[in-house]
Amino acid sequence: MNIPAIENNQAQDSGTLTGLAHFVQPGELDTSHGTVLYLEDVTVSFDGFRALNQLSLTIDNGELRCIIGPNGAGKTTMMDVITGKTRADSGTAFFGQTMDLTKMNEAKIVQSGIGRKFQKPTVFEHHSVFENLELAMQADRGVWATLFARLDSEARDRIADTLKLIRLQDSADRPAGLLSHGQKQWLEIGMLLMQRPKLLLLDEPVAGMTDEETDRTAELFLSLAGKHSLMVVEHDMAFVAQIAKKVTVLHEGSVLAEGSLDQVKNNERVIEVYLGR
Amino acid sequence: MTTSYRYFSKSVWLAMGVLAVGLLIVLPILHLGVDKHSSMYVSSYAITLIGKIMCYAIVALAMDLVWGYAGILSLGHGVFFALGGYAFGMYLMRGIGQDGVYHASVPDFMVFLDWKTLPWFWQGTEHFAYSLLLVILVPGLLALMFGFFAFRSRIKGVYLSIITQALTFAAMLLFFRNETGFGGNNGFTDFKRVLGYSITAPETRVAIYMLTGLVLLGALLLGRYIVTSKYGRVLAAIRDAESRVMFCGYNPVSYKLFIWTLSAVLCGIAGALYVPQVGIINPSEMAPANSIEIAIWTAVGGRATLIGPILGAVLVNAAKSYFTVSFPNYWLFFLGAIFIVVTLYLPHGLMGLLSALRRKLSGAWK
Repeated sequence: MNIPAIENNQAQDSGTLTGLAHFVQPGELDTSHGTVLYLEDVTVSFDGFRALNQLSLTIDNGELRCIIGPNGAGKTTMMDVITGKTRADSGTAFFGQTMDLTKMNEAKIVQSGIGRKFQKPTVFEHHSVFENLELAMQADRGVWATLFARLDSEARDRIADTLKLIRLQDSADRPAGLLSHGQKQWLEIGMLLMQRPKLLLLDEPVAGMTDEETDRTAELFLSLAGKHSLMVVEHDMAFVAQIAKKVTVLHEGSVLAEGSLDQVKNNERVIEVYLGR
Repeated sequence: MTTSYRYFSKSVWLAMGVLAVGLLIVLPILHLGVDKHSSMYVSSYAITLIGKIMCYAIVALAMDLVWGYAGILSLGHGVFFALGGYAFGMYLMRGIGQDGVYHASVPDFMVFLDWKTLPWFWQGTEHFAYSLLLVILVPGLLALMFGFFAFRSRIKGVYLSIITQALTFAAMLLFFRNETGFGGNNGFTDFKRVLGYSITAPETRVAIYMLTGLVLLGALLLGRYIVTSKYGRVLAAIRDAESRVMFCGYNPVSYKLFIWTLSAVLCGIAGALYVPQVGIINPSEMAPANSIEIAIWTAVGGRATLIGPILGAVLVNAAKSYFTVSFPNYWLFFLGAIFIVVTLYLPHGLMGLLSALRRKLSGAWK
């Protein structure tokens, strides 16, 4: 299935100026080649154990990619490398054409447009749902800016829209710690969306959700694809079947197979790894 | 938006207003304007004691900003307090002029060391404005440097507490040395005048006392502004889930550094107000036990409430004044007992107890 191409004004504008070449804007995501994330030969070892072994992977702009694989396959480590939490021993990680993720810290990576949802939902439990979204909202993150920050009506509208999207508008003033597990997952997804990320990394987003909540999450992700690029790590195969266009199977720190869900399901090596034959 | 405990309720505002009028207007009038033999007269002992406790309250408030709101437990805040005190103490020492015991042009302790001229770091301290600058800059820069390295290396929790304790201990040992140039274990004392006015005159005392009260009020309002701003919410989020804050795109280092440095500066100002009122500053102010006591005031009152730590500082120090006179041998036991009781039974301190009582009462009426 074809993924709708995203218009990239920046690339087009500069393309008309200089033909094939275009200006490199530091800190601006450049997806002029249609790719949002490049990982090449990424290796990470912990005490001799290779969590990632020359992993190479690319995500297209606007794509919704599912990553599956047995425990210890390196899924979370891969997200750690992309978000700057873990440093790669070797290999390259690029966001768009120009941003070298291995040289940026966590906050810079987020500011450049990569949002991450953790396996265990982490929200600010003592803050209200509204405040959680407010803090996550894309804005100037400097100390002085936040000391004198005032919520304008546009920001309030954005928060209200997100509250509606994650169906927590009735809980806006409740402390986030009082939400149910599934609601916390949704709040964290909402917090991601407030950052207006270009790439979302979602680590087991439907763990602990009811079937109904899972269905709604699938709907949400499908509606996000195209506008955003998504990388979803999930064990729940029913959920993967609901949303997957292209699936990547990780095993022992590298890519074992890639393709549609049916293709990888029938791949002999995948069957071997999962069924242990 | 919500979490109402950060805002002061109407009754708290009212109580603050009444207290401010009582402490800043009524008490000074009763001290200066009433005959000494009248039953309404407020003694200079009382004025000095309340002034001193208000200095402690500023320190407790500063502690609450870093511990209560940013989760950074400092066990070395006494060093910032003492440095502010020493910075202003230098001005007071220069104010003695040639009226010291040896009638020399340098402070007495330098005569004792056989120093004929002032060391370089004493230059300019005779100027009031310069000494005020030092009061802010010395604790501020020390905190900025210490915090930069500690927070950048992601040192937190008990490790940070231990290092802050080591910092104040090291500073104490340094200031104990006579050669350091701050009067050794005697520190500074025997002050004569400030801005040309006699330091023991009732009017001077009252002026410093009122200034202390105004600084406390200002610090409280500043603290309230900070913790209710978006900055304050980010700070509390760092306290609760630091890595999530990082993945929201904030750099926790600069956030911690700001509140840490501000807290140190507030302590320095409190120290500068403290020294002319008690008339002495010596290295024992940097003793680790003093810094731990600051943490106890904050815990007793209730962390992350702003009002609570002020209450804690007042109550613990009032108890201290009473105990050290009536049962001098039992004060430290009492202090230890308070800390244990608060830690075990009152995790939110007196403020937590008060709000629990209020909830219970309003529940009973319904």
